Amino acid sequence: MSYETTSGNKGLQQAEALIFETGHATGTGVDLPEPKGGAYEKLGGLGRKAALELPGFSEPETVRHFVRLSQKNYAIDLGLFPLGSCTMKHNPRLNERAARFEGFADLHPLQPTSTIQGALELMDELAHWLMELTGMPAVALSPKAGAHGEFCGMLAIKAALEARGEAETRRRVLVPESAHGTNPATAVAAGFIVDEIPARDDGRVHLDDVVAKLGPDVAGVMMTNPNTCGLFEPEIKRIADAIHEAGGYFYCDGANYNAIVGKVRPGDLGIDAMHINLHKTFSTPHGGGGPGAGPTVLSAALAPFAPVPHIVKRGDVRELREHSDGTQAFGRMCAFHGQMGMFTRALTYMMSHGSDGLRQVAEDAVLNANYLLARLKPHFNAPFGERPCMHEVLLDDSSIKPKGVETIDMAKALLDEGYHPFTTYFPLVVHGAMLIEPTETEPKRELDRFADVMIALAERVNAGEVEFFKQAPKLAPMRRLDDTRAARSPKLRWKPEANSAAKQAAE
Amino acid sequence: MRYLPLTEADRQQMLSVIGAKHIDELFVDVPKGALLKDLIDLPKAQGEIEVHRHMQRLAEKNIPAGRTAFFLGAGAYRHHVPASVDHLIQRSEFLTAYTPYQPEIAQGTLQALYEFQSQVATLLDMEVSNASMYDGSTACAEAAMMAARVTKRKKIVFSGGVHPHYIETARTACEALGLEIVALPAAIDDEAAVTGKLGADVAAVIVQSPNVFGTITDLSKIREAAHGAGALMVATFTECTAFGLIEPGGSYGADIVCGEGQSIGNALNFGGPYVGLFTVKEKYLRQMPGRVAGETLDADGKRGFVLTLSTREQHIRREKATSNICTNSGLCQLAWTIHMTLLGEKGLRQLAALNHEKATQLAFALGAVPGVEVLTTRFYNEIAVRLPKPAQGVVDTLAAEGVIAGVAMSRLDPKAGMDDVLITCATEMNTHDDIATYADALKKVLAQ
Amino acid sequence: MTTRFTKDHEWVRLDGDVATVGISTYAAEQLGDVVYAELPPVGASFAQGADMAVVESAKTASDVYAPISGEVVDANAEIKGENWQIINDAPQGEGWFVKLKIANKAEFDALMDEAAYADYVKGL
Repeated sequence: MSYETTSGNKGLQQAEALIFETGHATGTGVDLPEPKGGAYEKLGGLGRKAALELPGFSEPETVRHFVRLSQKNYAIDLGLFPLGSCTMKHNPRLNERAARFEGFADLHPLQPTSTIQGALELMDELAHWLMELTGMPAVALSPKAGAHGEFCGMLAIKAALEARGEAETRRRVLVPESAHGTNPATAVAAGFIVDEIPARDDGRVHLDDVVAKLGPDVAGVMMTNPNTCGLFEPEIKRIADAIHEAGGYFYCDGANYNAIVGKVRPGDLGIDAMHINLHKTFSTPHGGGGPGAGPTVLSAALAPFAPVPHIVKRGDVRELREHSDGTQAFGRMCAFHGQMGMFTRALTYMMSHGSDGLRQVAEDAVLNANYLLARLKPHFNAPFGERPCMHEVLLDDSSIKPKGVETIDMAKALLDEGYHPFTTYFPLVVHGAMLIEPTETEPKRELDRFADVMIALAERVNAGEVEFFKQAPKLAPMRRLDDTRAARSPKLRWKPEANSAAKQAAE
Repeated sequence: MRYLPLTEADRQQMLSVIGAKHIDELFVDVPKGALLKDLIDLPKAQGEIEVHRHMQRLAEKNIPAGRTAFFLGAGAYRHHVPASVDHLIQRSEFLTAYTPYQPEIAQGTLQALYEFQSQVATLLDMEVSNASMYDGSTACAEAAMMAARVTKRKKIVFSGGVHPHYIETARTACEALGLEIVALPAAIDDEAAVTGKLGADVAAVIVQSPNVFGTITDLSKIREAAHGAGALMVATFTECTAFGLIEPGGSYGADIVCGEGQSIGNALNFGGPYVGLFTVKEKYLRQMPGRVAGETLDADGKRGFVLTLSTREQHIRREKATSNICTNSGLCQLAWTIHMTLLGEKGLRQLAALNHEKATQLAFALGAVPGVEVLTTRFYNEIAVRLPKPAQGVVDTLAAEGVIAGVAMSRLDPKAGMDDVLITCATEMNTHDDIATYADALKKVLAQ
Repeated sequence: MTTRFTKDHEWVRLDGDVATVGISTYAAEQLGDVVYAELPPVGASFAQGADMAVVESAKTASDVYAPISGEVVDANAEIKGENWQIINDAPQGEGWFVKLKIANKAEFDALMDEAAYADYVKGL
């Protein structure tokens, strides 16, 4: 495949330089009225003097540049995106349309409340759906992403401990070894000390291991349910009871809520706080890394400490409480009211599905995952595969590594097959993890096609075709990229003088 | 259900391959009693027509900015976003992609990130930019925490010109870590108060320019004071188009320059999603929070981009990470980059000059209203004015007249003792007629 | 000179009361290409087992613990000069991290010798 073209293009794949290499500071794609200049200047002599050298493009050049870039990306709209723990499901376009209604998109967060009654009503409706679905009595909508929601929940726990006069004594938070990295990072950001619950062979957290660590200095536990191995924690209710009995609180990471929405209410499991990734369970687009949204549901014990702003209803009129003075609110998560654009999309999604459709979401997500598990189990090692999984399938590298093929090589081979791979090397508690989450929006034939590809790859491993894997990808827009080179001498922006790598490569 | 492709026949067939008779056999680990038998008490599925109607009905209960004479800023600004921006960010390959963990099939996102970082660093005159934060307020909070890590000190001084919501956001985050927040009294011109207050225990002084009252500040003296005390200077901002016309924090030697990027590429959206800009001096790179894209080569020696320096981040460093942040503001950051590419230096300077021109016209018009005093003397597109009565009531009355006049300082900070101060802004979106309408309406309200 | 090892894969070589410390060949191989390392400043003191340095590859970061209590009297100038490759090329030689003026030789004596460490690694 070392066929080189004169243009550098590969058919539909267009080679595209950086805007800094092709644009120029006098180019522009906007036509603005000419300012009158000078006479009324009120800058106090602080005007910007030096040239910025920001390149500009006409509209056609700009459109073409970004369309060309877009064609180098994989996307759910293109195919199965089985990235475990990320819930890459179809993003309905009705959600996009609703978010762009002038009455939502062209609203300023500080407009007088008489002009934003519909927006506040929408937030209340979203809150109602989230509280009913989770069986929790309160929700803080403002967290801007999952990790921000975790932070919100842990700060609520801290505030509750403060109100009890125990914030200084209860500082230890129990976090299973299998937890996502944000959990320990969040606990530390909230001023707690992380105490790890070691992993067990069955991929679950055991009541005994939690109880053994309980004490008067424990603030709470952070657990993910369904957990990062794709399993429902069978002892979760008893763990919650034990934590409560010991005077602590139960934070649940809701990253995997998609598996149980409409089937199980976290409130029935004894959970005190849980963030909900609207960009996972409720289909707001991932957008190449964001924006997310992380509304956090709270138990009665934590509800009084929810951060401002609060929506306060007086008769039919909704007002905003924006300051925590005179309340027990622990503070403020961000400047305004959270990710309104995501609230609109998520509510549109929920209403479209309804209570019946959302339950079907969880059932189909779990069914699709178990179907893949059943098809792949004979060809790969599924460490906990003797029992049903929830919404994702966990494989490890024990069947391929002895033959010289690593998880990363399987992933790169999938690129050539036209798939985005599974999540690699997470969770850390399994060696060479391959975590596959198909989601409910995949039809059976897509699952079968993917399973066929995975099985064919397993056969190539068994046939000893190690080089085939090590050379992959060959058909993707790029070959394997050198992470070490990028990290050893970081080049994080274009600079006029140091624009050498491209030239070097060309030479 | 239109979003669920499995048919009932598929489901039965798949269950039999799995070896289960009923779907609930797959939920066997759920504790007894917790598996719901009935549907949750919420409305059932609805078609596009019904849902569309419902959402539209909610939207129509609001008065969008564009239907009013609109002069509100204070952290979010109404600018024109070219039509092509929204079209491009809705391309499937951008909209429905994930974080670029597989760089070989994510070069679109990664190159756009690299371009974004390059544009942001250039705009703010800084060495290094990350791939964006949630918004300006959380970026500012992260800057405070980063300064504490760099200096190993615990006190953060906020100048009296920083947006009160930014201070509260940082206070919430920083106090959890045991850091102390010192917020200086709100001041239209906040420069002098900052330079006098820095002890040897200060990790950072955080100053905003243009500040919440619109005042632009020469940050040289504050930088000298901060560095003299061994503290970092963090320059924050809420209106990034300003730097097409005025010197950014980087030009004054700030150590961290961060703030809100919404003004470029992003609609008001009732407060979010927005895009936080975050830049640092290169020597502090290892303490910078958030993702960052970097250049490298592929196996064939071709230039490409990857997420790099990830050992700072939570998924590797866990409890020792620089931040718990896990996402950037992807699409909003992309919109920023596309809009900035359309602007270029020429368009940006023109846009900024236009904003300033409208604001000077606004200041002149409001200053001519009896009883109104313009408080901000050096500004970009936002000013504070003193009214002869409490500003909140005036804002509410004007709203009923179709004029969104700005925000009362008492709404942002009830304890500032500035109940008669109104913060108001003008952008390229305001017409001459808007300004006249506003001034006339204000004159009437104040005469009542 | 005998070299001794810790379970966390640091090595120590003693010359009088100055100990040279680095990461073992096994650790360097496990880590892969080093892209960054952070060494403590001269003058810093560490108790045995305390976090002393950090070494990173593109995908992982490892803490390096003080294998033995002491005060830093020298830090490898090559590493400070960002010659990361030296850690991969000669982890138990030119790629040393720091020299510690030690307080308690008994701590050194209690560490694994080369043979014991080789057995330990085999069991991982």
